[in-house]
Amino acid sequence: MRGYPPALRILLATVLVLVPLAFPHFYLLLATEILIMGLFAVAFNLLLGYTGMVSFGHAAFYGLGAYACGLLLKKAGAPFAVAFLAAPVLAAAAALIFGLLCIRLTRIYFSMLTLAFSQIVWAVAHKWYSLTGGDNGLVAIPVPDALAGPRAFYLFTLACTGLAVGALWRLVNAPFGRTLLAIRENAERAEFVGVHVKRMQLLAFVISGGVSGLAGALFALFSRGAFPDYAFWTKSAEVLLMTLLGGPFVFLGPALGAGILIVLNSVVTSFTEYWPVVLGVILLALIYVFPGGVMRLFRSRATPAAADDVAMASTIEARR
Amino acid sequence: MFDLGGLGDPAFLAVQCLNGLTQAMFLFLIASGLTLIFGVLGVLNFAHGSLYMLGAYLSYTITSLFVGSPAAFWISLVLASAGVAVVGALVEATFLRPVYRREELEQLLVTYALVLIISDAVKFIWGPDNRSVSRPAILAGSVDIGGRDFPTYNLLVLALGPLVALLLWLVLSRTQFGRLIRAAANDREMVGVVGVDVSRLFTGVFALGAWLGGLGGGLAAPVGAIYPGMDVEVIAESFIVVVVGGMGSLTGTLLGALIIGQLNSFGILFFPRFALVFVYVLMVVVLVTRPWGLLGKPLAR
Repeated sequence: MRGYPPALRILLATVLVLVPLAFPHFYLLLATEILIMGLFAVAFNLLLGYTGMVSFGHAAFYGLGAYACGLLLKKAGAPFAVAFLAAPVLAAAAALIFGLLCIRLTRIYFSMLTLAFSQIVWAVAHKWYSLTGGDNGLVAIPVPDALAGPRAFYLFTLACTGLAVGALWRLVNAPFGRTLLAIRENAERAEFVGVHVKRMQLLAFVISGGVSGLAGALFALFSRGAFPDYAFWTKSAEVLLMTLLGGPFVFLGPALGAGILIVLNSVVTSFTEYWPVVLGVILLALIYVFPGGVMRLFRSRATPAAADDVAMASTIEARR
Repeated sequence: MFDLGGLGDPAFLAVQCLNGLTQAMFLFLIASGLTLIFGVLGVLNFAHGSLYMLGAYLSYTITSLFVGSPAAFWISLVLASAGVAVVGALVEATFLRPVYRREELEQLLVTYALVLIISDAVKFIWGPDNRSVSRPAILAGSVDIGGRDFPTYNLLVLALGPLVALLLWLVLSRTQFGRLIRAAANDREMVGVVGVDVSRLFTGVFALGAWLGGLGGGLAAPVGAIYPGMDVEVIAESFIVVVVGGMGSLTGTLLGALIIGQLNSFGILFFPRFALVFVYVLMVVVLVTRPWGLLGKPLAR
């Protein structure tokens, strides 16, 4: 999980920027979707892979971001920059409120509370017809002319996800990231070496929620609409799936998972409408074929205890 | 938006309360299977809503086989729920048994894969259109409660709910199978150590849970439409009931179902749009103040 070599990074960046020049529109749309969902999954993984918290309700922040951006543009006529930046801010604010209550709980109870909050967001979006358009969704969100073309929007998405993912990368490699790993490995020991565990968990929750909101806003602009499904629990399951598929213990693993799922979806749906069953079978195969489990697939060879010690040592080091 | 004219009318209140009770019985049937499986197997079964949906669709097919016969509905209720129990047993033995020793997230992933597979299987077999089952002739009308109509069919649901609860209680407290279930919920390793075939016990428990879900689906078939997508909706509702009552506690599930039923029934009067929000708010309040639910016990593992 140490840094990627600079050459690889430059190559990746060049390829990503050149994509729109080389590919027809269909693939461009696919690439845009992968970038957005990849960002969502990487943000989600700040909790799952780095802090060891399983959120069943991340769709709440994704959906809130989508609706915030869409409503500000469509109903309030706000300037684009304001609407777009308000989305992650509002999502982070919601994450702060939800998070204050959620982080008090652990394991299944934490997951259930995040689920409950996200279902509240879903139910409000689903039923508040006068504001959100209810189950018809919020449609025809106006997008500035400069971003209207698929090529321009791809580059805009690339810039936004690049910045956000870069910031998250810096964050997980900073002492903050090491601290989160220490919490994941052993929260009790982290507490003993002087980490304010709950505060760190809350901070991770808020950052993760805010970036998820950014992804939601991007998707609302991409699809020119916001729908209750964006906040439904199946969306949370989707991002969990992408993360586990790509590997929660590698920084960009979740984005890889998003890419695999979206490309696979696109290929399979061109042959058959029964995409879910294909996905279900792939999932089962993954679980049974890899006896160590999907979760351990990308994990370092170190024994859990050793990983624990390494995380603690680097935390103590970082706190000096 | 407010239609409170009826609030002074005792008959109206009674009917509203009975509606809430009816819904509570549906919720109890579905959620009791979920809580039983969680309590004993330790698996949060996302596919429980899919078993419920399967019960509803099976009941549709079976009633259409016996069309015209007055017994069609009763036969379908018995056969559909039994069919779902068999599916449940097969699913448990094939897919869940290999992952009990794995991480919880992977068990969850297995049940989620089953949600995906069953939803497509249902679409493949029954098509994407809504289906409906007609109520049996003797229950098709409505009864008069102080001048207000109450569907006769709901009386069956009101009777069947407590009957199943009683049956479950008898099974759990009076039979060898029930004693083993309670023992396994307490300490499954110890049950294995004293020579019980835990694999078979788990299959049995899963089949019983699936039977309850299938019975709920079969019973709900004549009330609402049967459609693809009913699975993911009902599982969210069952989670509320189980969490509010206490995960793993059957009496808690009954209590949770009763509360949610009334909250829905009366919430809809005051805020027709946002009754659904209330039940999730209740779930939040319970989790924040008493995470293990009203009648549950804190997880100690």
